[in-house]
Amino acid sequence: MVEGYPRELTQNPLRKIWMPCKNGHIAHRRVCMTNCPTLIVTVGLPARGKTYISKKLTRYLNWIGVPTKEFNVGQYRRECLKIYKSFEFFRPDNEEGLKIRRQCALSALNDVRQYLSVEGGQVAVFDATNTTRDRRRTIIMFAEQNGYRVFFVESVCEDPEVIAQNIVQVKLGNPDYIDCNSDEAIKDFMKRIKCYESSYQPLDEVLDRDLSYIKIMDVGRRYLVNRVVDHVQSRIVYYLMNIHITPRSIYLCRHGESDLNIKGRIGGDSGLSDRGKEFAKRLRNFLQEQNIKNLKVWTSQMKRTIQTAEILGVSYEQWKSLNEIDAGVCEEMMYEEIQERYPLEFALRDQDKYRYRYPKGESYEDLVQRLEPVIMELERQENVLVICHQAVLRCLLAYFLDKTADELPYLKCPLHTVLKLTPVAYGNFFLSSLFQNVNVQRSTEDALQTVPAHF
Amino acid sequence: MELPQLEHTRLRRHDSAASVPQFCNSPTMIVMVGLPARGKTYISKKLTRYLNWIGVPTKMFNVGQYRREAVKIYKNFEFFKPDNEEAMKIRKACAAAALKDVALYFTKEQGQVAVFDATNTTRERRAIILSFAMEMGYKVFFVESICDDPEIIAENIRQVKFGSPDYADRDIDEAMEDFTQRIDCYRASYMPIDDEKDRKLSYIKIFDVGSRYLVNRVQDHIQSRIVYYLMNIHVTPRSIYLSRHGESELNLLGRIGGDTGLSPRGQKYASALATFIKGQKIIDLKVWTSHMKRTVQTAEALGVQYEQWKALNEIDAGVCEELTYEEIQENFPEEFALRDQDKYRYRYPKGESYEDLVHRLEPVIMELERQENVLVICHQAVMRCLLAYFLDKPADELPYLRCPLHTVLKLTPIAYGCKVESFFLNIEAVNTHRERPLNVNITRNPEEALQTVPDHI
Repeated sequence: MVEGYPRELTQNPLRKIWMPCKNGHIAHRRVCMTNCPTLIVTVGLPARGKTYISKKLTRYLNWIGVPTKEFNVGQYRRECLKIYKSFEFFRPDNEEGLKIRRQCALSALNDVRQYLSVEGGQVAVFDATNTTRDRRRTIIMFAEQNGYRVFFVESVCEDPEVIAQNIVQVKLGNPDYIDCNSDEAIKDFMKRIKCYESSYQPLDEVLDRDLSYIKIMDVGRRYLVNRVVDHVQSRIVYYLMNIHITPRSIYLCRHGESDLNIKGRIGGDSGLSDRGKEFAKRLRNFLQEQNIKNLKVWTSQMKRTIQTAEILGVSYEQWKSLNEIDAGVCEEMMYEEIQERYPLEFALRDQDKYRYRYPKGESYEDLVQRLEPVIMELERQENVLVICHQAVLRCLLAYFLDKTADELPYLKCPLHTVLKLTPVAYGNFFLSSLFQNVNVQRSTEDALQTVPAHF
Repeated sequence: MELPQLEHTRLRRHDSAASVPQFCNSPTMIVMVGLPARGKTYISKKLTRYLNWIGVPTKMFNVGQYRREAVKIYKNFEFFKPDNEEAMKIRKACAAAALKDVALYFTKEQGQVAVFDATNTTRERRAIILSFAMEMGYKVFFVESICDDPEIIAENIRQVKFGSPDYADRDIDEAMEDFTQRIDCYRASYMPIDDEKDRKLSYIKIFDVGSRYLVNRVQDHIQSRIVYYLMNIHVTPRSIYLSRHGESELNLLGRIGGDTGLSPRGQKYASALATFIKGQKIIDLKVWTSHMKRTVQTAEALGVQYEQWKALNEIDAGVCEELTYEEIQENFPEEFALRDQDKYRYRYPKGESYEDLVHRLEPVIMELERQENVLVICHQAVMRCLLAYFLDKPADELPYLRCPLHTVLKLTPIAYGCKVESFFLNIEAVNTHRERPLNVNITRNPEEALQTVPDHI
């Protein structure tokens, strides 16, 4: 029996988490996914979507609270070489080239070590072709020496159309080809791929049966998953199996102005004001004009989002997970009242708005956790309109636009504004802000911009 | 082709505008594939239990059952010989009967998923199923289990086949011998799903009890959830311990919810729990609590590391938080009656329902499946939900499962189900279990409403 047990508990005033008075063992669920850091290693010929996957995965893991960073070896090569001449650099018999490329990989691995072992990162994504067994062995040994778990993500694709489109979408804009015309660039890149092809040793079912990996074939039509050993790997596999690259758009907006909005009160479950209803009507017209194919509409289970959707006159799905952040004891209060009744709470919230939890309520951090299944389903879907609430919208937006936890609670999400997200290169999104021009009474937090918000 | 979503479009008062989105438009058939003793029934039962728990009406159709009903007495493996024409006819008829019941389940009983549990080892048989499904407009997802490890197969036979009605009168060696020959009957004609020829089909192949998976053409949300679930379950022996926090101050006063600390008896329980756990000599035990003071305090007494999950917090009683049942009856008599009418779906004003709880507990269940030995220290409603998952209790029984204070439940997976052992640690506590009263009408009088309220201070 350890002495001093049971220890006295206090509740952390910011996060409202009960913990022992002296710093004891407390594992906060969010962060405790693995014991040792994980090194995710991409594998595949050029133009197979490795960087797309790396960036998207990094964004997702950071959003759910797992500190992750990607290391693109091509970047290191560009910094080393300064000027890219031609595919000849990648020829397997180019000794000079091979030396430089090897150095770049080692340099990147060094930075990985810095990130995982010194800076407290939990996952590092090592984005490179890693097409030879030899190179992969080097990485595995490096990981073993440092106590990292390795998980390979191989992308295999032989569809010439997919590859061609890939090249057009991302390679043409690449710094390597900045001074070439399209045809030249494509020709050179194809030759570059050829340089890798002869020495490519894909992950082998038999030879590599002791490794942990996922092989993604034909952009997600088929997957081979081998030896998933822990929670974070299981989540990564689930995520990778749900993302797709079919073009589509995601529309995000808040409910129309509500009666409580007008009174400057937070939370609650009130209905739409007249202006809110007007917004919904304009939204309906807007959607009809846009003529979006197979649009799915999602709302929360609060009256104001449902009323907004009802006016659209289309079928919609209600998600409790999309409900606004629960302000606990502060529900339906005005900011002035909160300041008066709970000045300490008000101050704590400003100290760390992301982690601050309302007494008997939620924090933004809690919101992210409850929104994760929504994000997963958004990844699976195609065209979707999500009618939700301010805090919820901030969380969703932070995911799509790769905003940090510090920025998230301050993202501008005014009423009567529809945000349209269109995927662009590397899994990123382009945001356009569409106004419905129905004036809304300003409240303390909402400052309606007449200039589109900058992100 | 997208079928219009009919059921869940408009806002309906007090109906289940589900707290989870609808999963699928057309019904789905999950079709097992594999030689005998490859875990098909194990997977079928577990998957069915999981899907029902998360709210997807699912039913299992075990063709072997149909065969036992048709043939009554099982003689020996000769029945399964590929040249036994008589038997072939019967087996085909059984499969057809099962498919018919699948159709009935979908059309008459509003089922959403049917798990078709049989060997389905020939392309011919699978083609019949596929054309049946296509004709009826059902989606098909195959789950093939492949395993050649003789030890695993032998263990499998030992665990489940000996208990089978087929071998009720045989001794172990006879049964083993006969079953081995039964497997051989299938082996010659076994055509696994072919990655080339069957590339248009949707399926998952599970190799060697989960060390490797091949997933092809996942079509929709429900298939994606099924794949995720199948990839997280394992068969390593382990036990899950469920307990509530020790008796709390509010428990003593008969008040629900809140966030108080333990009463003196609750503290005693926490120590007793520590002793009990030590006595169990569990390897690598993980301990989980909620974010509420009473579970954290209970865990503190164990003197080991524990993880806090907000998802394990007690059901949010909204406006009824910290009230006694008498106060709820006085202030919200209609709500109180509505709750008794449908305790599973009833949502407290500004609070949650059991249905909401299940939804929020799903990641906990998923992680419990991944883990090995775990002790979960939680709350009454939460424990009812978790227990219902492990013991396959339906939604209307769930809110009335008995989860008394100061009692540890030890769950050990065995064969196709779960063994439950209950340990009352001999520290007195109040009873917090309220049975459904006889009169649930909103017109009832207070005595009728409060008929089943347990005693308190």
